[in-house]
Amino acid sequence: MKRVLIIVAFFAGLVGIWQAVCAAGIWSPVLLPEPLTVGRYLWAAILDGSLAESAWVTSKRLLIGYAIGCLLGLPMGLLTARSRWLSDTVGVLALGLQTLPSVCWVPLALLWFGQSEAAMLFVVVMGTLWSVLIAVDNGVRNLPPIYVRAARTMGSQGFHTLRSVILPASLPYVVSGMKQGWAFAWRSLMAAEIYVTILTGYGLGHLLHFGRELNSMDQVIGVMLVIVLIGLLADKVLFSPWERFLHHRWGTAKA
Amino acid sequence: MSVTDELQNIAPAKLIVEGVSKTFSSRNGKVQALDNVSLEVGEGEFVCLVGPSGCGKSTLLNLIAGLEKPDSGRLLANGNPVNGPGRDRMVMFQEHALFPWLDVTGNVMFSLRLKPGLTEKERQDVAAYYLKLVGLERFAHSNIHELSGGMKQRVALARALAPNPRVLLMDEPFAALDAMTREQLYTDIQRIWAARKKTIIFVTHNVREAVCLGDRVVLFSRNPGRIREQFKVELPRPRDINSVELAAHSTEITRALKSHHVAQEVAE
Repeated sequence: MKRVLIIVAFFAGLVGIWQAVCAAGIWSPVLLPEPLTVGRYLWAAILDGSLAESAWVTSKRLLIGYAIGCLLGLPMGLLTARSRWLSDTVGVLALGLQTLPSVCWVPLALLWFGQSEAAMLFVVVMGTLWSVLIAVDNGVRNLPPIYVRAARTMGSQGFHTLRSVILPASLPYVVSGMKQGWAFAWRSLMAAEIYVTILTGYGLGHLLHFGRELNSMDQVIGVMLVIVLIGLLADKVLFSPWERFLHHRWGTAKA
Repeated sequence: MSVTDELQNIAPAKLIVEGVSKTFSSRNGKVQALDNVSLEVGEGEFVCLVGPSGCGKSTLLNLIAGLEKPDSGRLLANGNPVNGPGRDRMVMFQEHALFPWLDVTGNVMFSLRLKPGLTEKERQDVAAYYLKLVGLERFAHSNIHELSGGMKQRVALARALAPNPRVLLMDEPFAALDAMTREQLYTDIQRIWAARKKTIIFVTHNVREAVCLGDRVVLFSRNPGRIREQFKVELPRPRDINSVELAAHSTEITRALKSHHVAQEVAE
């Protein structure tokens, strides 16, 4: 209860400061609209459905691309960690591509796939895949060998060892890699949406972009708030349960 | 298969090690961990392997476990050649090697999940039985990191006992524990050995520990790893590590160990 109060007080305080700065009249209301103006925009955008539609378009791209990236990155990371050949080839490639900011994939994606969903998905997958792959690879390499030895004495081998020992044992690495992949994917998708108009659907990035074109700062700030909110929500829904489990089981830190 | 069948004491195995040699290559050249070692362990016998570090006693344990292969010689467990790890020979490691992603019961059930013919309920019952045997029934759903060092080794013992092996291979399992905890475990391990009738091979560098637990103490020397001498320990059980008789026995063995050591130093 006390925690909730503190959180509410903190954010109410922020809005209060915002309101106070507006009231002081230092900047023109065109550049810095009042909280209420932004609220009014958001309310209108909710009512006419534009916000929900954009959020849905963006989330769909993100979730599908992210899922594909994880589904590819997880087994590939397991393989590169277990095979020297793959580590020398795919592993090095992944390391190189991971250093490439994923927004750099946008021009290539546009030329390959056009202004379409496929281009957006491609950018998100590229943002996710390499960091997940490297995190899993790293996790498996840092595994104490005693776990696999102990599992072998208990009759575990082959795929069972991979699924029931190696994968769960590297879970702390896997989760942090997936979180990093998520952050990369989210950033690159936003950049891509602001950067180019995708004909198959308007995402939150486009809404933000239109806000700028129309000089409507209430829309710009409103959409930014929604983007922050979605990021926060994703963290709480997708990663918090895993992190809580890790803290609880491994005893690494207090959640 | 019912839980009662599962928990039945099966005959402990006889182990035969015949002319086994094993060489490792390291940065400083080749190390002969074992040189033509032969050893016979009777059914249900408790044998302690003692020697300086690097004498190959742990290597021998790993060979019997099937985690490594000998360069020459052969190993038989209950008449069958050892070709790899098997649930008839379970290992307890110096580091507890428990899985942090599973709770206590999950760890004990790991091997049972790989054993066909048991329902989930039966596995739970078997795990509960062994947790009770090691005195940890109250901690069935604790996380591994919440346990003390001694409790972790008890879970490791329950996990090793769970698939009802014929042989228990223990690699300095108490070396990292404090003296009080160790003494309690000496009592417990003797009780459990009597209750579950296993053949046990116990590696240690602590002579007193070996005399307290073993029917027989096998002395190793290193470079190359060979069996030097063997001692039968015929003290009544359960034995108390602090008893005067036990101390006398261990003094005698320590003296032998030292004389080999000195002889070796001179030779080198």
